Amino acid sequence: MLLIRCPYCEEERPELEFRNAGEAHIARSANMAGESDDDFEKFFFIRSNPKGIIYERWRHMHGCARFFNAVRDTVTDKFIMTYKAGEPKPAKLPKDSNEVVAK
Amino acid sequence: MAKAAAKTTATASPSAERRPALAGRSVSATDVKVEVLPPAERISLRAPEASVAALSKALGVTLPKKPKTSTSKAGRTALWLGPDEWLVIDEAGNDPLADCAGVSALHSSVGISHRNIAIAVTGPAAEAAINSGCPQDLSLEAFPVGAASRTILGKAEIVLLRTAEDAFRVECWRSFSDYVFTFLSEGARDAAG
Repeated sequence: MLLIRCPYCEEERPELEFRNAGEAHIARSANMAGESDDDFEKFFFIRSNPKGIIYERWRHMHGCARFFNAVRDTVTDKFIMTYKAGEPKPAKLPKDSNEVVAK
Repeated sequence: MAKAAAKTTATASPSAERRPALAGRSVSATDVKVEVLPPAERISLRAPEASVAALSKALGVTLPKKPKTSTSKAGRTALWLGPDEWLVIDEAGNDPLADCAGVSALHSSVGISHRNIAIAVTGPAAEAAINSGCPQDLSLEAFPVGAASRTILGKAEIVLLRTAEDAFRVECWRSFSDYVFTFLSEGARDAAG
């Protein structure tokens, strides 16, 4: 079973306790009414769906129930790192993931 | 809130008899016993860091701040569920909701005594019985005595508390209790197998 590290529980937990919650770091506009239709479409519908590294929101549904962010490789399904919600996108991924990034 | 509840109980007619779900059910297999525990008082407590000290004082039990831990004092147990969330169980018959009512620090306490059912799984094979449907590592190194966690059992969400090396308390929602009890009974038979 896939083990996912929850940054709030500070340990790896089985995947059955988690739910995916879509792509991370999609900022909601402060002035939603002023958004053009094109910008709104981008915010609301368009997702990057990359092959490789993706930044996602996950929720420890059947654990601490907290949302957090995870960096995952969509090819290998390997979780490279997880970090708390609200923290900025990591500038540098941990070293042991270099191999995965290079792919 | 607590006062109102007490009044209702005092004037309740015999026809308003309470029938706890699964009351008295128990299953024994070799090395493991699954049994429903008597009703207890419970609250779901949410509070920011700044209120924890005041609430701990009012409840008489220190709210744990470390993940997957619990604290216990005089029949009252506080289980860490999340960074700002606790489950407080009182088996001594005192109402933790009333104790929180006098705290002015920001918090939310909700009485959930009747929402949950507690099931005790005891015996040398208790760990194996629960692991039949719970994916967590329940070895003593990873889940020592006093460890508590919300997790899943089969398809139902449970709160698990290790009360002794070979004893667990499984808390689940009342409507899931039949499923959880049956699941644990089957797990117990398999574990004994």
